[in-house]
Amino acid sequence: MRIIVCVKQVPDAKTVRFDREKGTIIRDGMDAVINPFDLHAIEAALQLREKAGGTVTVISMGPPQADSALREAIAMGADAGVLLSDRAFAGADTLATTYTLWKAIEKLGGCDVVFCGKQAVDGDTAQVGPGLAVRLGIPSITCVNAIELAEGPRFRVTRMCDEGREVVEVETPVLFTVLTTLNTPRLPSLKGKMRAKKTHIPVWGAGDIAADPGRVGFAGSPTKVVSTHVPTFNARREILTGTPDEQVNALIVHLKEAGILS
Amino acid sequence: MARVNYFLTEEQEMIVDLARRIATEKIIPVRAALDETGDFPWVIMKELAQSDLFGVFIPEEYGGIGGGCFETCLAVENLAYGCVGVTTTFAASALGGYPILLFGTDEQKACYLPDIASGRRLAAFGLTESSAGSDAAGIQTTAVEDGDSWVLNGTKQWITSGGEADIYTIIAMTDRHKGPRGATAFIVEKGDPGFSFGKKENKMGIRASSTRELVFQDCRISKNRMLGKRGGGFILAMRTLDLARPGIGAIGVGLAQAALDEAVRYAKERVQFGQPIISFQAVQHMLADMATEIEAARALVYAVARTIDSGARDFSKLSAMAKLFPTDMAMKVTTDSVQILGGYGYMKDYPVEKMMRDAKILQIYEGTNQIQRNVIGQALNKEYSVN
Repeated sequence: MRIIVCVKQVPDAKTVRFDREKGTIIRDGMDAVINPFDLHAIEAALQLREKAGGTVTVISMGPPQADSALREAIAMGADAGVLLSDRAFAGADTLATTYTLWKAIEKLGGCDVVFCGKQAVDGDTAQVGPGLAVRLGIPSITCVNAIELAEGPRFRVTRMCDEGREVVEVETPVLFTVLTTLNTPRLPSLKGKMRAKKTHIPVWGAGDIAADPGRVGFAGSPTKVVSTHVPTFNARREILTGTPDEQVNALIVHLKEAGILS
Repeated sequence: MARVNYFLTEEQEMIVDLARRIATEKIIPVRAALDETGDFPWVIMKELAQSDLFGVFIPEEYGGIGGGCFETCLAVENLAYGCVGVTTTFAASALGGYPILLFGTDEQKACYLPDIASGRRLAAFGLTESSAGSDAAGIQTTAVEDGDSWVLNGTKQWITSGGEADIYTIIAMTDRHKGPRGATAFIVEKGDPGFSFGKKENKMGIRASSTRELVFQDCRISKNRMLGKRGGGFILAMRTLDLARPGIGAIGVGLAQAALDEAVRYAKERVQFGQPIISFQAVQHMLADMATEIEAARALVYAVARTIDSGARDFSKLSAMAKLFPTDMAMKVTTDSVQILGGYGYMKDYPVEKMMRDAKILQIYEGTNQIQRNVIGQALNKEYSVN
């Protein structure tokens, strides 16, 4: 089975800092990690390969540093990685991103199953998975919480929806976007890390995937980010002391002052 | 701020990163619960198996990573940063595997080392008995030849991973009249007829590790389970322990580092007399001693492990030093860490009291620190007698 995982390198939420003046992320000294949802997509792909055989190829569109995200995936057990990196790809919205990923998958010769994280924690759109499925002309099953493999190969898949659980059956080719509740991502192994260090990760630009220059990156993106801002939190904290009665009275005074109680 | 450069290779850095990551992400979140229940950490053993760390000292032809004593020290140091109980279970498999690696026939190596390397099966080492600890010559367990088999009788005591491991390296007396030269090593497998397990001990520390009796009642094993030469069991045990002791020192280093990290973090946060207690010289000096002694112990362990890997012979004195100093240091540093945390340090809500309880075993197992001093002293006596 030819399995593809799409991953995105995102700022590590633990180390990220913001420039309040410009309303942007400070990239210096920031750690980059694999989008947390995508770790579960990688794990799902590895588990499927263990059951059904085949290969797991991880692809990522991003700056040259995204190479490290692909190596991390290989250290976890993926067979190969491809980095889509080109100045022309910069500034891509979800439309241009799905186009670029689609062209890369075409160059790879197609696939049977694609795994994506449900969304990236930086952009939070949750559009790339379903958008890519449209480009590939295959069904997309989003918000996957459980996957069972049957003969065919058929999948019996549980989706978590707002209204409850939905169980669907689907055949390959198919694209899944996964939730973090689907599985527990494995840590890399020592042999995996050693292999990841030695593996050649090809870097493909727009020309390599025969992409139309007008449909990638900023040029291919109808969505323009007009401005960004960093939300401010002015949580004023005060701990009330005294007997419960005194605390209740103090609280009522505060609530009246704030106009919440009249 | 600069850290001591130990000139690790890229592969050694990988071992450090991976072991520390397992400690942080998988071990630390569950260590207090494991300490409380004494449950065997199978879930973590599975993680360790998947990480390839069990094979760190096993040659690549048997599915390992092909590292040596130094790589093993790096792995256990960083696992011990999380929990010495879990690390002891991990290290016990290496202790059970070393004799097979050092003295096994090709068939024995091919049969057992791939499983130990992959973590599919845990190994254990059975030397100690109720009346034979430091004095290994007092072993009462016997092995008698009977046709195509050996028949073992006796009881081993305080065997780490007893009952949980599948592969046991056992030292038994084959020719009692020859004294220490009458001891022979055997490989016994869980499930062999006449092999059972006694009570599980309730321990002060390293409670996540299983410590149990091994009981042999007419335990019959085939001839090809003899490990090394007949009469070579005592030498086999000593060579195994010589190789393993720097690893115990490394566990002490990892544990002490964790205790220091807790102490410094606390001292920066704890305010008394209007200032964080780290601003008091009394606390600073304790922390300074702790940090300095940890680094000295680490440097000693690394230097000795590298000396062993470079092909040194007759390194009993060095490996005894690499166990003695770091484990005495770990006892002191963990005790001081509890002191710095004061009343909080004594409570189970904080991890340092467990670290202090765990530290104590390091001065006792794999040869008490008094025995290590004997080894060092006897070696000095010999060294200075030449000419």
